[in-house]
Amino acid sequence: MSPQKKNWKEIPIAGVCWVPSTDYKTGDWRSYKPIWNIEKCIRCMNCHIFCPEGAVTYNEEQNVMVYDYDFCKGCGICANECPAKAIEMVMEGKE
Amino acid sequence: MKMTKVEQKTIPLNGDEAVAYAVKQCDVDVVAAYPITPQTIIVEKFSEYVANGEVDTEFVCVESEHTAMTCSITAAATGARTFTATASAGLALMHEMLGVASGSRMPIVMSVVNRALSAPLNIHCDHADSMAQRDLGWIQMYAENSQEAYDSIIQAFKIAENLEVQLPIMVGIDGFVLSHTLENVTVLPDETVKKFVGIRQIPHVMNHRGEIVPFKLDPEKPLTLGPVALQDYYFEHKRQQEEAMKKALKVIKQVHNEYAKQSGRSYGNALVEAYRLEDAEIVTVCIGSTAGTIKTVVDDLREKGIKAGLLRLRTFRPVPVEDIISNLSGKKAVAVMDRSSSFGGNGGPIFIEIRHALYDVSDSPKVVNYIYGLGGRDTRPIMIESIYKDLQNIAKTGQIENKIQFVGLRE
Repeated sequence: MSPQKKNWKEIPIAGVCWVPSTDYKTGDWRSYKPIWNIEKCIRCMNCHIFCPEGAVTYNEEQNVMVYDYDFCKGCGICANECPAKAIEMVMEGKE
Repeated sequence: MKMTKVEQKTIPLNGDEAVAYAVKQCDVDVVAAYPITPQTIIVEKFSEYVANGEVDTEFVCVESEHTAMTCSITAAATGARTFTATASAGLALMHEMLGVASGSRMPIVMSVVNRALSAPLNIHCDHADSMAQRDLGWIQMYAENSQEAYDSIIQAFKIAENLEVQLPIMVGIDGFVLSHTLENVTVLPDETVKKFVGIRQIPHVMNHRGEIVPFKLDPEKPLTLGPVALQDYYFEHKRQQEEAMKKALKVIKQVHNEYAKQSGRSYGNALVEAYRLEDAEIVTVCIGSTAGTIKTVVDDLREKGIKAGLLRLRTFRPVPVEDIISNLSGKKAVAVMDRSSSFGGNGGPIFIEIRHALYDVSDSPKVVNYIYGLGGRDTRPIMIESIYKDLQNIAKTGQIENKIQFVGLRE
């Protein structure tokens, strides 16, 4: 987000994408945080497929799942869908 | 551009047909609508035009009014000229999407055939449906007769699509009183209307990459419309809508005057119509078809030497505050007629606006409110006469006995 915010005369009408929605870090109200276990994970990608926010991606080079905590809302669907029980939901601040 | 009056023809149309006929002439790209009494004839008639190949319009048969509005918004977002129509419960079902339409600045034209809201179930005229939507950022205009309904729909496209406005408009016509009543309506030739409304103008906006692009969904020039805007920018967007409403006051007049030059028909100054008001002492204020009845009563009273007048609001959103003040200040007593109730409120919606506008005026008149005609209750000249009689008393004594009253109700 630009440091100097624009006034109403300067921004385009109708909420045209002036501030990209990725600028809003919507993960900050999360209560439970998914913690990924590299040992248990079988790389089935269920977490990536089921994440409603697209906050879980696969880094091919390093062969790891990457959690984007800026947008993860802690819904726990990834942990629920994980057949290897490689994701643990931990209370924020207690991880 | 110099304009000359064109040759017109007069045909018998009811209010709904007059609306459909106007839409047919306006070169509309998309109509998405769901039939509901007393708007049904608009949808039926327009479907007929589509089936007969008389129009080049995509007609979307939707499953609900919520979808009718969603469809209209998305069609308008691609740059299409869009029309829809509804009434009562249908308008209520659209509620959520009405705010999306105005917030997204989509110049949709919608005819609202005013009908009471349930419960108890009632299909007849009052203004509760559109009054309940008055704070959602739509321009609201109300027609007195079918002729005005026809004329207003044509004007509405040009107002909504004006680059300074870019707001949706609802044009209200009274259910059954206008929608189902045959009237001689004088219509312009197709070509004249087509030329008058022209091709929809698309404003240009800056996208987040700093490029100036047309304000529409176009795969060639991608743009994201209506994404999230939180504490940092939402407020600014709402302020823009206020500005567009302010601009609309000017544009509504411009378009009306331009139309008057071609058709020879005008309605006051487009925002308000003053009827025998100049030297009037006692005045009623109303919207919609009841103005016709009031005009007859005013004429009768004038014959008797009573200085009665009428101020009809043609535009209710934006509220023409300046015109209300200039027309009503210095009058002795004013009765505002509301065909809807704001339950638990301090009077009906129009009353609140009128009385509020006159608060700062030094020679403000006494202003009272009459709730009338709910659920299609017939509003007869004798009731209007009784209101003027009350106003005479208020003017004489300077005393208001009841600020808010019900007329035509069994007490």
